[in-house]
Amino acid sequence: MIKAVLVINTQGKPRLTKFYGFLTVEKQQELIRSVFGVLCSRAEKVSNFMEVDSIFGPDSRLVYKHYATLYFIFVFDSSENELAMLDLIQVNPPAFQCFVETLDKCFRNVCELDIVFNYNKLHSILDEIISGGQVLETSSTEIMRAVEEISKSESASNSISIVPKTVSGWRSR
Amino acid sequence: MASPSLMDTLFQRGLDDIIKGVRHQQSSTESIFMSRVIEEIRREIKSTDLQTKSTALQKLTYLNSIHFIDMSWASFHAIECISSPAFSHKKIGYLAISQSFSESTPVILLISNQLRKDLKSGNEFEVSLALDCLSRIGTVDLCRDLASEVFILMSSSKVFIRKKAIGVVLRLFEKYPDAVRVCFKKLVESLEGSDSPIVSAVVGVFCELSAKDPRSYLPLAPEFYRILVDSKNNWVLIKVLKIFVKLAPLEPRLAKRLVEPICDHMRKTGAKSLVFECIRTVVTSFTEYESAMKLAAEKIREFLMEDDPNLKYLGLHAISIMAPKHLWAVLENKDVVIQSLSDEDPNIKLESLRLVMAMASESNLMETCRVLVNYALKSDPDFCNEILGSILSTCCQNVYEVIIDFDWYVSLLGEMSRIPNCKKGEEIENQLIDIGMRVKDVRPELVRIARDLLIDPALLGNPFLHRLLSAAAWVCGEYVEFSRNPVELMEALLQPRTSLLPSSIRTVYVQSAFKILIFCIHSYFLQKEDMTSEVSDLASKRECSESSDLATGKALVQSDQDEGFNPRESNQSYEYPSVVDTGDGQSSTPTFMEKKSLMHESIVNLLNLMELVLSPLSSSLDVEIQERACNVLGFIELVQQEFSNPLIRKEANLDREEVIASRVVEWVHDGFSEELGPVSVTAQDRVPIPDELVLKENLTDLEAICGGVELPAPGSFSLTSPYYGESAVFSVSNLQAEEDSEPSTESTSLLTEHRKRHELYYLPSEKNKIPANDYPPANDPSSSINTNDATEDLVKLADQSLVSKRKPNHAKPRPVVVKLEEGEAAPVVSKKPELKDDLLSGAIHDILLGNEAKAASSQSNPSDKSSSKRKGKAKHVDLLDSNLAVGEQPNHENPSSRRSKHRGDGKQKSKKSKGKKNGDGREDDGEKESQKIRDHHGRHKSRQRADAPINVVPQTPDIPDYLL
Repeated sequence: MIKAVLVINTQGKPRLTKFYGFLTVEKQQELIRSVFGVLCSRAEKVSNFMEVDSIFGPDSRLVYKHYATLYFIFVFDSSENELAMLDLIQVNPPAFQCFVETLDKCFRNVCELDIVFNYNKLHSILDEIISGGQVLETSSTEIMRAVEEISKSESASNSISIVPKTVSGWRSR
Repeated sequence: MASPSLMDTLFQRGLDDIIKGVRHQQSSTESIFMSRVIEEIRREIKSTDLQTKSTALQKLTYLNSIHFIDMSWASFHAIECISSPAFSHKKIGYLAISQSFSESTPVILLISNQLRKDLKSGNEFEVSLALDCLSRIGTVDLCRDLASEVFILMSSSKVFIRKKAIGVVLRLFEKYPDAVRVCFKKLVESLEGSDSPIVSAVVGVFCELSAKDPRSYLPLAPEFYRILVDSKNNWVLIKVLKIFVKLAPLEPRLAKRLVEPICDHMRKTGAKSLVFECIRTVVTSFTEYESAMKLAAEKIREFLMEDDPNLKYLGLHAISIMAPKHLWAVLENKDVVIQSLSDEDPNIKLESLRLVMAMASESNLMETCRVLVNYALKSDPDFCNEILGSILSTCCQNVYEVIIDFDWYVSLLGEMSRIPNCKKGEEIENQLIDIGMRVKDVRPELVRIARDLLIDPALLGNPFLHRLLSAAAWVCGEYVEFSRNPVELMEALLQPRTSLLPSSIRTVYVQSAFKILIFCIHSYFLQKEDMTSEVSDLASKRECSESSDLATGKALVQSDQDEGFNPRESNQSYEYPSVVDTGDGQSSTPTFMEKKSLMHESIVNLLNLMELVLSPLSSSLDVEIQERACNVLGFIELVQQEFSNPLIRKEANLDREEVIASRVVEWVHDGFSEELGPVSVTAQDRVPIPDELVLKENLTDLEAICGGVELPAPGSFSLTSPYYGESAVFSVSNLQAEEDSEPSTESTSLLTEHRKRHELYYLPSEKNKIPANDYPPANDPSSSINTNDATEDLVKLADQSLVSKRKPNHAKPRPVVVKLEEGEAAPVVSKKPELKDDLLSGAIHDILLGNEAKAASSQSNPSDKSSSKRKGKAKHVDLLDSNLAVGEQPNHENPSSRRSKHRGDGKQKSKKSKGKKNGDGREDDGEKESQKIRDHHGRHKSRQRADAPINVVPQTPDIPDYLL
């Protein structure tokens, strides 16, 4: 079971948070702070696993991957394989190619700004991979297909309202 | 509601505008900006236009997840959004809901209908949204209401939807175990499907389920086995392996079948994740299989040789799983392990530390610890404490099994506490006291170490070591007879810096100082007696001879040191370092008693010193300190009268004057010198409950009479009951009960109110009280005989443990370590599985069995199946609420006996169907089952429900023979 997926930048600002279990915002903030506290104390080129029982409760492990200015973090328990989780984040053929690769495909070389501004899409992607804490899809082509379909039906439903109401929507016309 | 202006509706800021806006803010203006935005959102979200509303909600959701802004107030608006026909609004609404709803969200029930509608929608993505949402926030009610919809979706023609529906099942089962009856069969069928995402999802679900209650899934082992052999999907294989790790211990025959395919995967696959999972499976569950272990060790070795720190870490981790049973694996990789200890990666360091400690044995322990402690000095604080912690825990295993030389270990403990980063004060404290009580021979050394710790004023400044100092103080007080120089100890205990200690530890200091004082005065009196009886010559007063029984011959050597004493004392200086070496020159372990005598002045000085230090404490705010200080001061006053008189008088009236003091001292000394023995944590449980003690029955009687009363009346009366016999209580409470028996809610509430007001006079509420009644009260006149027995037992126990429980035939001259009979580590509580799991597993038991039957019967007459079975299930669901609890419970009372029956059952079957293929075996079973079910067919439904588990359950734990 996956307990949480987090994307935090190297300044400690969260860019994406998803907890698969209800937590109050205060608790979320506290967790993210302590995770970041541990992460930034780690040297480069050390292993990507951490035992985080003290932060997330018993039977918690954490896998993170550091890309440029971002940490991608998965928190999970003993029913997941550590390496598989790592593969889920990063591109690692011949295994599963997932989160970051899909992001790459979506945004052509994903960078922090993409993640900042595509909040909605990010959640779409993540929800295709993980549902209720379980990994349901590991093939990035499948994920891409679903995500594209979803954005299509989103824009289709939006175009019903003829006049875009948001300022940016107005501008982009 | 203020109607939004035209500008607002036309030019609403979107999410992107907000994001940009936040980015442009300085940190100082951010909060102002944020509050403005929220203001805006609060206005927009009330808009009747769904587009405006959903955009506002989206902004809020964003702020909630990234900037931790509360959004619980918007829950109703989220519900409005999901009821919009537009997909984009729905999506925003569902995201908001799954992010912010909890079980306690008041409006959560309102989404039930909308969820149902969306689950039935023709748009697969709408369905997926609803399923996702349910899997995140599903409550008991939601899960119950929507179980049937999810079930239908599980047989959807679209893989996409089926996959998501399976993802919800886990939540469904967790919240509403009865859903098992509806969905389980479908779930098992999906296992056999060929769609890889479906199989992957189902296996994932079973992996989670079997982690909680593996036994229920044992019957599915053949399915999992098939997947293990056939599947090419690494993800699925990993999950199946995880399941088998859970199942293997329950069914020893599984291992034989599994080892080969697992080793196969290990050899062939290129995916490290799968290799690692195979290794982990083998080293945790198949430790008996030599060849598999060899292969795993080989693969581990490959991991260790990799540059990737992840693999190295996991390799070490796998070895540490092997270590307890297969130490050779560690020894083979000794080089890597030792090398890894200085790796820069904290995980790797930690694992290798564990392995190094695993290699420690009686022979190499001293060397290992020496190296590690030196290493700890050099490493960072965290790792330093890890090292110390692992040394401590390794050494105390099985009552210090590995330690032969306790003098060395005790001095190691002393050394460890001086490491600047040491934060293990509490553990060292426990071990110091523990060793002191268990190992008699080490006490002199222990006192020496404790003294060194106490006289070091620097240690008092480190709050992590305070606990340790309290142990040192206790040791010094308890075993003061081994001390070379009690006066010095006393000074250490009373030094001014002790004010840095927390009060709980200061009390230990005061008490220890008191013990030392008693000891000093006592030995002074002994001396005096000897002197007066043996040496009448007054001139020899200065060089007191030893008390005869303790003298060993080196008696007179120390007279010089005596002189060294007194000046220091009178100066009250605290320059300890000069003192430290006084005793070290001596060989062996001369104790204070042997080496010198106490002067009259030194006693007087001691008394003065104590009085000086303790008098301010007698007004301490802490009760414990204050009380102890007062006690000691009172004692000092008593004794001082005897001592303060000038020497002249003493010679003349020696006997008479000191007689009172000496007697008091004698008594107290005797009290203190009573040896404390370790007592097993379970000792109290072994005290038999006296037969005559019927308190409990009384109470249950009363409970029956005034059952409705939450805090039953006897609560107030039982105050007397444990102490003054029950008969009186019974009558009184009976009376009370009669009064109460008119079940007026008024009286109940009065009672509770009374209790609330006078809580003080009530006993703690029932929970605490009942167990307390199990034990005979200490001074119960009526059951005094029993009580005596009980206490005698305890004493015996302690005696036994002190005297006879030494380790048998230890070849080496290892000191006696007192052990208690059974594992004293922690009382092993055989915990029954939790009720909730019971419910779930019970449901699965039923279903699996019924399921197997149904599957089989469906094979024989497929047309019959679908309609009738489903109907039957629907009925089950209806009946569940009422019957499940009643029907299931007794079944779970004694699973063991049932299980054993099954075993027998299984064997019989295996004989019968040997040679048959698996399908046959199953069909066979199934037919029998369906036969039974048909037998019951005509009966009342509820009857069938009640019977079902009984028929059905015996079948469950069997695994078709072909697998075994």
